[in-house]
Parts: sequence; structure tokens; C-alpha cells
Amino acid sequence: MSIYLLFAIGFKGGVAVDAAGPGGTLALALLAGVVLSFALPVVAFALLRAMTRLSPLDAAAVAAHYGSISIVTFVAGTSVLDAAGIAFDGWMVAVAAAMEAPAILSALWLVARSGTGRPIDGELWRDILLNGSIVLLVGSFAIGWITGQPGLDRIASFIVAPFQGVLCLFLLDMGLVAGRGLRTAGGILRPGLLAFGILMPLVGAAAGAATGALLGLGTGSGMLFMVLGASASYIAVPAAMRVALPDANPSIYLTLSLGVTFPFNLTLGLPLYLAVSRMIAGG
Amino acid sequence: MQTHPAKRVEIVIEEVMQRRLTDTLLKAGVTGFTVLPVRGGSGRSGLWSRAGQVGRAGGMVAVMCIVRADRLDALLEAAFAVVETHIGLVSVTDCDVVRADRF
Repeated sequence: MSIYLLFAIGFKGGVAVDAAGPGGTLALALLAGVVLSFALPVVAFALLRAMTRLSPLDAAAVAAHYGSISIVTFVAGTSVLDAAGIAFDGWMVAVAAAMEAPAILSALWLVARSGTGRPIDGELWRDILLNGSIVLLVGSFAIGWITGQPGLDRIASFIVAPFQGVLCLFLLDMGLVAGRGLRTAGGILRPGLLAFGILMPLVGAAAGAATGALLGLGTGSGMLFMVLGASASYIAVPAAMRVALPDANPSIYLTLSLGVTFPFNLTLGLPLYLAVSRMIAGG
Repeated sequence: MQTHPAKRVEIVIEEVMQRRLTDTLLKAGVTGFTVLPVRGGSGRSGLWSRAGQVGRAGGMVAVMCIVRADRLDALLEAAFAVVETHIGLVSVTDCDVVRADRF
């Protein structure tokens, strides 16, 4: 189902760019997304060191997740916008893809400063920059851009009509997984960590809102920038962390990103980010 | 039927390390290997199940290969360099094979 969702959102984003043109904001938005992804782990690391007793290694591993993004949260955000009838720029999908990897490099830099960690070899670079979700998202975006509306018309019955249903099913499955994770690893969630799991998405959303406002984005794209800043990775970054920082405790970062921040963003975050984006952009 | 003694090496390791491990095994002279999915288990970190995992980060695989006894040390040294810092298990058992020339 995740392959379907990535393909559908990437393809539709590419078609939207073909229809409206990329515009000058695309390059700036991509650059801003990369800078945000590099910067958020540094903020998260500082917060974790202040709020919790995590070691620098564990704090850096957790921080990487909060600089990267959750594409499912992003997809849910686009569905909220669709339901509210609010338009957003199709190229926000490309911004999402661009924000997947830089946070991993920031985290490895944070660890290297403390003298631990391991050097990044060629295979790790490949894992970081060419992980499945990035390739699928960028690839489907490019295909959507190239084939345009005629391409979408040919597969609309596959990627448009069933999209909401598949998303519901996927979110239900993710809820079950998050619930299992909380049950088995909930013991690690001390008050400081739990507070971080709620506070950090708000900090990331605020940074995303500021970025969107600086770029002059509309309500829809501004909200999606907030979602990207607020969400935490639980697929690409954990895999990279297991390779690059095997001594970091995976229970901490997986439980926080999937068990705390993911449901927070879906239940309270998305309506909040939409309301704030409406206030900023006046939509 | 004529059989020949050999060593069966089984390495249970995190899925994200699978390709690194199998590349290392091939470089160490292994002529073949089998990769099996691991559905769950229990160890120093407590109970674990694939059902509660998202993505490759939480997955485990079992890599199995059979080698001649004289190749075992070199293989274990190479493999251990990959698995040393990761969650996993390395075990060696004696076995017999029918077609010795394949190992």
C-alpha cells in the first residue's frame, strides 16, 4: 500500500506541475526544504539534551528522524486540503522528497562531533540518497510531469478514485503497528521524551510556517510545509540509523516517531497546521 | 550414498545489513548462500516480532551458507567484521553434503 500511495501522490504532483508550470518558487522551495531538513535535527538535538537524559548518540539518532519527513503524514495533509477544497502546489511532493535525506547527514555530523559513529561509505551514501521512497516519489513525479493530464486520464481509475480508501486502510494498519510498538516499548517513554515527541513537531511546524511565509506560499502549500517540518520519519531514517549508528537504541526513535509524533500529527497537528496556515496566508 | 563433511554457517542479522553481509560472503569465497525471512524471536533485547515493524529497519533475516572446513575461518572473520556491532547471531554446525565440488 505504501508503494501505491507514494506512486499516486508523486504522479499527481507531477501532473499538477505540468499543468501549472513549475514557476520560480519551486527552486527556492526545494532549497528551503533542504535547509530546513539540515537545521531541524540540530534544534531537536539541543532540545533532547535539555529535556531528557539521552546520550549524545541516542539524541542524534532521534534528531535525524525529526529533520526528515513522514510521507504518510504528508499524504494525509494533502487529503485534508482536498477535503477542504484548498489548492496546493503539486511540486510540494518534490520538496517532500528533498527533505528525506539531509537530516541523516546532520545527525551523523552531530555524532561525529562527539567522536563516535562511523564514516559514511559508498553503500551508506546510496542507502541515504537513493532509498526506495525517494526513488519512487521522484520517479513517479517525473513520470507524471512528462505524461501530464493525458497520462493521468489513462490511470485515473487506479490512482484517483481508490486513493482515499487505500489511505484509510494504510492509516488503520499504521495505527495497529503504532499501538503494538507502544505496548512493547512504551516503558522507554519517560515524561521528558514524551514531551519532546509533542513539542518537536510544533517547533518543526513553526519553522515550516516561517519558511512558507518567507516564500510567499498560499494556504495549502504553507500548511504542507508545516506538515513536512512537523512530521518525523519512521521508514527511511530508521534504516539509515541502524546501519550508521547501530549502537543507538532503535526502540527510542521508533517509539517516539511512530508511537507519539505520528498519531499526534494526524489527530491534532493537521487541523492545527491548517488553521495556522489560514491565518498566515489568509486563505 | 557418498557424503562429504562441511560446515553450515547461519547468521541472523538485521535486514538493513543483508547486502553488506552477502557481498562480504561472496568476497570471502562462498559459492552460494540462502536468505530466509525471520518472523520473530527473543534474545537480549526481549521479545521481537516482524508483525510490529515498519520498513526494513526493524526486520531480520537469516543468511545460511555451507563451506568446506578449510574456508571457515576466513569466512567467519570476514562476516564478523560486518555483524560485530549489530544485533544478530552467528552459529556454525557440522553437516554433510552430497556434492562436495559445489562448496
